[in-house]
Amino acid sequence: MSKADAPRLPRIQRRRHFKSLMANAVIMTLAGFAILPLILVFSYIARSGFPALNLDFFYKLPAPAGETGGGMGNAILGSVAMVIMSGVMSIPPGLLCGLYVAEFSHQKLARLLRFVIDLMTGVPSIVIGLFAYAMLVVPLGGFSAWAGSAALGIIMMPIVSRTTEEILRLIPDQLRESGLALGLPRWKVLLRLIMRAGRSAIATGVFLAVARASGETAPLLFTSFNNQYWSKSLSEPIASLPVQIYTYAISPYEEWHRLAWAGSLILVTVVFAINLLSRLLLKRTSN
Amino acid sequence: MRSDRIFNWILRGLALTVLLGFVLLVWFLWNEALPALRSAGLGFIWSTGWDPVSGDFGALPFLWGTLVSSILALMLSAPISIGAALFLTDIAPKSIRTPIAFLIEMLAAIPSVVYGIWGIFVLAPFVREHVHPLLNGWLGFTPFFEGPPFGLGMLTAAMVLAVMITPTITAVCREVFRSVPDLLREAATGIGATRWETIRLAVIRPSISGIFAAMILGLGRALGETMAVTMVIGNRPEISLSLFKPAATMASVIANEYAEAQGDSHLSALAAIGLVLLVVSSLVNFGARWIIERTESKTHV
Amino acid sequence: MQIKNFLKNTTSSLTPVLAVILMTTMPATVAKSETLINGAGATFPQPLYSRWFSDYRKIDKSVAINYQGVGSSGGIRQLLTGTVDFGASDEPMNAEESAKAKAPIHHIPMALGAVAISYNLPGNPALKLSPETIADLFLGKITKWNDAKIVATNPGLKLPDLAIMIAYRSDGSGTTAIMTEYLSVVSPAWKTKPGQGKSVQWPVGLGGKGNAGVAGMIKQNPGTLGYVELVYAVSNGLPVASIKNTAGQFVSPSISAVTAAAKTSSKAIIAADFKLSIVNSAGKDAYPISSMTWLLIPENMPANKSAPLTAFLKWAMSDEAQKTAESLHYAPLPKEVRIAALGRIGKLKFK
Repeated sequence: MSKADAPRLPRIQRRRHFKSLMANAVIMTLAGFAILPLILVFSYIARSGFPALNLDFFYKLPAPAGETGGGMGNAILGSVAMVIMSGVMSIPPGLLCGLYVAEFSHQKLARLLRFVIDLMTGVPSIVIGLFAYAMLVVPLGGFSAWAGSAALGIIMMPIVSRTTEEILRLIPDQLRESGLALGLPRWKVLLRLIMRAGRSAIATGVFLAVARASGETAPLLFTSFNNQYWSKSLSEPIASLPVQIYTYAISPYEEWHRLAWAGSLILVTVVFAINLLSRLLLKRTSN
Repeated sequence: MRSDRIFNWILRGLALTVLLGFVLLVWFLWNEALPALRSAGLGFIWSTGWDPVSGDFGALPFLWGTLVSSILALMLSAPISIGAALFLTDIAPKSIRTPIAFLIEMLAAIPSVVYGIWGIFVLAPFVREHVHPLLNGWLGFTPFFEGPPFGLGMLTAAMVLAVMITPTITAVCREVFRSVPDLLREAATGIGATRWETIRLAVIRPSISGIFAAMILGLGRALGETMAVTMVIGNRPEISLSLFKPAATMASVIANEYAEAQGDSHLSALAAIGLVLLVVSSLVNFGARWIIERTESKTHV
Repeated sequence: MQIKNFLKNTTSSLTPVLAVILMTTMPATVAKSETLINGAGATFPQPLYSRWFSDYRKIDKSVAINYQGVGSSGGIRQLLTGTVDFGASDEPMNAEESAKAKAPIHHIPMALGAVAISYNLPGNPALKLSPETIADLFLGKITKWNDAKIVATNPGLKLPDLAIMIAYRSDGSGTTAIMTEYLSVVSPAWKTKPGQGKSVQWPVGLGGKGNAGVAGMIKQNPGTLGYVELVYAVSNGLPVASIKNTAGQFVSPSISAVTAAAKTSSKAIIAADFKLSIVNSAGKDAYPISSMTWLLIPENMPANKSAPLTAFLKWAMSDEAQKTAESLHYAPLPKEVRIAALGRIGKLKFK
């Protein structure tokens, strides 16, 4: 190294470090841009929805046009009921499909199933609604909570199946081998050991599917329909939060718009809470 | 073992039921779409008319609207998502990584209709009052930024979509960056690379195909998005280069017109659009899967 | 392990609890003997119907009538498929639709609506428009607010040199059907292309979803002109144009002007078994873009539902019910139409 070169080296170094610092700043800004919309969206919903919230909102029936007050009690109950029913219909088959796809991938049928489940995640939700309408509502002669739950279930099933599959693939083969070495039948190894090992991660996937189903509007319009009153049976039309929000949002009355914002706030809060709870659960079990 | 055989048969039965259900779904769509496809043939895809009164239907404007809005969304979202993922794997202090990742994932949890309302009341006025004057003022002479400031249109739709696909791309990129062995990072730091050089050489470079797959998955998510897009895109089946012009997507036209479709040929045309949408989004999803699998098998060897 | 057990215990104990909650709350809130009648159709009268059904429940507790706005065509389609008990529409059923019905379907008029031409201009002046100008606006032949044709009918106003943005309904809708029917009646050019329908190929403009979407576009974008149901224009405080009717008078959309449009056609309405369009109705106070809205009652409705629904229909023709309509910005039916409708309801026969 000659003397003349000596002062230039630090300059290159300085430039490299400056570049690195700049890149860091850019990356941080980009990360900030990723979170910014969440803050903007949530603060807007909270500002518009919070003033309309009160106790009545949670247990009263909607007030007819031109009257103030009322709530979305029936819609909240209807959403809860349908999400639970759709979960009962879709989570067990979803888990088993995921298991089949992950653990029996040497079978042609399993590979075909995986292909189809991938396709199913790409079907627009409104198409699923129309399908459920043609297959359930028309033959049974009327809109029902069952049909709505089935439509939601068709949306949830592939999500559950895919998460299960992905989680099971991460579980080391040693666990399977040690189970089989103990002389356990394969199904016991899979259900008792493998599924259990992945259960908290799988639960997160299930919760995500539940959160997704809670916010769906399109598949419910022509299946569960809506009901101004408390539904007395599951084979009748039933109110749900997203459909009620939609109905109110497109109405001409300020009062109904306020309720729609309040409903959105509740919906978003519940969905966030489900997500947060599932993460906490995941953290606690993995510790 | 016998119990194992029974278990396997149960799983196969279930798999067959799901397959059958899906076949039924496709058959249903196909059946509904048949009259439209029969009368127009494959030309349905390339035809640009959409006139419910005279019964002239074509899918091209919707195909255009879907692809352009989704690709534009991807262009906006990709740098942000990749940056956010790098931040989460390589830059942020360990303690804030999980909470920030959680916040970004929450963006995926917000229901589509809520994004739509936000798009109408917050984003569209912002585009009209700030983005349009800026872009139109500087670049208004190009065909891409001409047109009056409506606020609603292709660009606004793409911006909403970009927000909605950011969590998907970020999550996949984060996985990809995490799967890069720390050894590579250490080696880079060891030879005196700065942090950016380490990221560039030891994190981004080995992950290129993974990043690509993440982007395609994000694209797949954007293609089928319905409610939010419908509320902000302006809903006009027109092919225009300008980002400030209104457009329509395949999902938005189904959502808009299905309930009030006039006559059977209109209904059938909408079902045919649904079928085209299913095919396009399946192709994109499979493209992404294929890339991921190829890279996985490469890295495992 | 402890946590796993805890999880197992909570999930297994939670399921029956939830089941019990569902089982008990659902039946407990409603009396068992109640009949639920489901209806679907036009979104435009949904606020009115939901109010009427809720008011009527206070009179007859044994019946709950549930109405949902899925659109006029949607309502007709549901009625024909048999998934709802009755339908509702802003347009009479056409021959193709009637042919598909398993039993005759009766059209009972309930109230009146109007489509307002609304706009956003600096200072929001009261505009007067002729039918030809309206057609040219929607055909895209007039592109600036200071166009000679607009100035001609608004001599006192100073109109800006501003681009006109047309706003239309992107979703298929009864409102569009009424608007395009009017345009087809007043403009031969419009009649040949794009024509009349619930969704048409608009020559210019931007589509908004629902009445609320179009009202929002007008409210937020200076220079915009569009059409919305009168209720939406009134409740959003949007300015509305006066339109030159067949008598040559400029009439602004108001409840009385809409009722006047039906009143001058009362005889024809009754003669047509209520299935009549009142667009461009004669009469010097008549607002030209007006329409009736109907409930569609199928003849094959079971007796346990048809009896209470008939009773409701009679109540809806009462002064009290029609006053409620007015308070929600719907125009009440003219007295003679109501009397004729009452007679018609009395003669309804169900199989």
